[in-house]
Amino acid sequence: MAKINLVINDRKIETEPGKTILEVAGENRIKIPTLCHDPRLKPYGACRVCLVEVEGARTFLPACATEVIDGMVVKTNTVPLYEIRRTIVELLLSDHELSCVTCESAGQCQLQDLAYELGIEENRFEGEKHTYTIEDYNPLIERDLNKCISCGRCVRICEEVQQNSIYTFANRGFDAIVTTPYDRSLIETKCELCGQCVSTCPTGALTEKMSRYKGRIWEIEKVKTICPYCGCGCELEIQIKNGEIVRVSTDVESGINKGNACAKGRFGYDFVNHPNRLTSPLVRKNGELVETSWDEAIKTVADKFSKIKKKHGSDAIAGLSSAKCTNEENYLMQKFMRAVIGTNNIDHCARL
Amino acid sequence: MGKIDVKEEQNRVFICTGTGCILSGADRVNAAFKEEFKKRKISEIDIVQTGCHGFCQQGPIIVIQPEGIFYPMVSAENVARIVEEHLLGGKIIDDLLYKDPSTGEKVPFYKDINFYKKQTRIVLRNCGQIDPEEIDNYIEHGGYEALKKVLSEMTPEEVVEEVKASCLRGRGGAGFPTGIKWDFARKASGDVKYLICNADEGDPGAFMDRSVLEGDPHSVLEGMMIAAYAIGASVGYIYVRAEYPLAVKRLKIAVEHVKKKGFLGKNILGSSFNFEIKIKEGAGAFVCGEETALMASIEGRRGTPRVRPPFPAQSGLWGKPTNINNVETLANIAWIIINGANKFAAIGTEKSKGTKIFAVTGKVKNGGLVEVPMGTSLREVIFDICGGVKDDEEFKAVQIGGPSGGCLPAEFLDTPIDYESLTQTGAIVGSGGMVVMDESSCMVDLARYFLAFTQKESCGKCVPCRVGTKRMLEMLQRMTKGESNEEELVLLENLAQDIKVSSLCGLGQTAPNPVLTMFKYFRKEFEEHVKEGRCRAGVCSELIAYIIKENICKGCGVCKKHCPVGAISGEKKQPHEIDVAKCVKCGICMQHCPFDAIYVAE
Repeated sequence: MAKINLVINDRKIETEPGKTILEVAGENRIKIPTLCHDPRLKPYGACRVCLVEVEGARTFLPACATEVIDGMVVKTNTVPLYEIRRTIVELLLSDHELSCVTCESAGQCQLQDLAYELGIEENRFEGEKHTYTIEDYNPLIERDLNKCISCGRCVRICEEVQQNSIYTFANRGFDAIVTTPYDRSLIETKCELCGQCVSTCPTGALTEKMSRYKGRIWEIEKVKTICPYCGCGCELEIQIKNGEIVRVSTDVESGINKGNACAKGRFGYDFVNHPNRLTSPLVRKNGELVETSWDEAIKTVADKFSKIKKKHGSDAIAGLSSAKCTNEENYLMQKFMRAVIGTNNIDHCARL
Repeated sequence: MGKIDVKEEQNRVFICTGTGCILSGADRVNAAFKEEFKKRKISEIDIVQTGCHGFCQQGPIIVIQPEGIFYPMVSAENVARIVEEHLLGGKIIDDLLYKDPSTGEKVPFYKDINFYKKQTRIVLRNCGQIDPEEIDNYIEHGGYEALKKVLSEMTPEEVVEEVKASCLRGRGGAGFPTGIKWDFARKASGDVKYLICNADEGDPGAFMDRSVLEGDPHSVLEGMMIAAYAIGASVGYIYVRAEYPLAVKRLKIAVEHVKKKGFLGKNILGSSFNFEIKIKEGAGAFVCGEETALMASIEGRRGTPRVRPPFPAQSGLWGKPTNINNVETLANIAWIIINGANKFAAIGTEKSKGTKIFAVTGKVKNGGLVEVPMGTSLREVIFDICGGVKDDEEFKAVQIGGPSGGCLPAEFLDTPIDYESLTQTGAIVGSGGMVVMDESSCMVDLARYFLAFTQKESCGKCVPCRVGTKRMLEMLQRMTKGESNEEELVLLENLAQDIKVSSLCGLGQTAPNPVLTMFKYFRKEFEEHVKEGRCRAGVCSELIAYIIKENICKGCGVCKKHCPVGAISGEKKQPHEIDVAKCVKCGICMQHCPFDAIYVAE
């Protein structure tokens, strides 16, 4: 592919065509701030904090939506750009609930980070602030419009990635806001509670209800794993504090899912630390389930299988395997059914 | 004139049925004529309902043809006299004639009136001259000749070249060269291409597109057909404001008529050109005049602008190459094709060719629609054509280009109106709204008004426009109430600059223009509000007080009687007094005082 050459902040860079200024800058460790950008989504250009100076352009251009061209000369760190970013962040903060002390997103909030980077201690802009009542009785997703910056990421991920279009914008001007059809609770819409909107929200406007007050981002340990549910093999980050799962997040940079996950992957982890979870095998003795050793449990099952096989034949037994198992475990399961039990009655839950 | 039909010498009554004249009673005048004709059994005189004559301040307007006698402000009661004395008696009715405000002389002929004499009417060529609901009327006036010429004699490339050579620039506000825009769309590859007529005129005070659509819809349709042929579009949309019901109605009639004539559909006029036109009514959002928001709205989505590129010519409506032109731009096209690019380019200045329509309103004697060559000075428009400031008050400022434009003081009256000269001043040609102000207008209050408009109409997508204009508005509100300070003046200016350079679309980028120009030219007034709590125009009610002059007051009690809040007290024949705490500053007392004893104190 033909290479193109450009200059960003006096650095000569060679790259391929078709990329945006933001992408090329990112690849070269030049940081351009963003709020409405998510690599999973189409460029939107609404927050304006990624504006850069391009030589010869009539106006400042959004780095997220401007493709690089050969010979382009870009500046990302000039005083006017700094002033604009500062103004924009102050404007956003002037209509934002500043409850960072208890906000679930503190430490992982792009608005907070940007305000910190820009050193905003005082806000020059004062005026009317919205107060929205927080009322969405769905079990999983907290929607706090007082922290919404109208970046539209939730609207777009639901439309572009999930193709579900639960959210939309309503009203105009200062009162423009993200809402659901007829402002209903998510569970009264066709929402699947996949939490994709939570995964893209740059502030604390959309958070996980199950994680509330369980742990700060700086207290947790992130463990990358493959989702235990279906066969897609999505990569998840399990956030753990004191040996317990606080929340499940995703990384837009890695895995086959590139940051996407479904309701089960994102929220279906409560069984892990659940008190009702079985942690040792049980065998029914005199009508009662009692704890037992693995040896005894396996022996009991083996005896019963042998009896059934003897009395009714191999085909009286069927096996149903689970997507929660690894490929190797599933392979062994069918091998066991065919070679040991002697039947082809083996199936898998992913086919159901 | 006189082309209208074969009965050359026959009297005809042209009644303006533009929106302005309808509001001032044209329908009643029309009905009175019909009634009078019925009563007197007159059948040989035609009554022609025309579109807007542009001289809206003088409505309802009637013109008696073929002589072209102009009667302004006609009421239904005048009709019997006009029929009796003029139509039947052949006598011009002197006391109903238009009186020139500067000379005081009666002007009987339409063509001699200063308001019309100094105009060059290309776009408005047929407005007021034809019945907009009759296609044959348009054809008799040379209509669809340009379409025939284009389809039979010119290649699409030649049409584009002709428009390029005319140097016509988009009249919607941005002033981009139309021919170059067409060239982009023509060269774009795509199985389907669209042509859109932007009739979402939304600037407060601008009504030129409305008048063209209401008064001469076919000129717009013909322009669309020629544009579609030039770029290779097969489908056209007219995105028109639903708040313009008469324009919508007349467009629908016009489209039906052209279909019947075979100017729309397959193999138009025997050529291989196929074209259809759909009318899409807007839902009341100002921002939908922005082209990408407009296309989103046609597609059934929320009308919000998107980042460009891709430009509509590359990826527009439904992702197809699309060309969008404004009503006034399109209404120029047929004229250019018939009269030639050179003739068009001979009008105007070096870089701004042709004419521009301005909607002149505010404190002006003869407001209305004025079409003048580009390069005409503001003074010529406001004083020579429109007769100057109402009641001969002092001219203070003119706001050009609506809420996106700028406000210019008297020292700029000799500025030629063209894209470059106006941009230099900080104002813009924009859509062509022109609001004239005298000393009774407060600049801070006006800035507040425009910001309130743009803030309400912001789509809310980008931060500077959504939150920034709100904060600007709040600062201006505080200034009009005397609750601001000097630091806030600086902050307001800085914020205005930031919004201008960082907003996503034209709405946000131009929203600070009124404030920025007013800061430049009327800074003192802002400072007075902020530092002294003073409104010299006496508009900002929280900064003024109504006072009764003791030595003039006769104690007649009229003010006391009219005060809606009982703030005035006083014995009969004794000087009265206004309780400042109770007063709501409505000004009713001052209006009613027979002795001019009440004044506004700053």
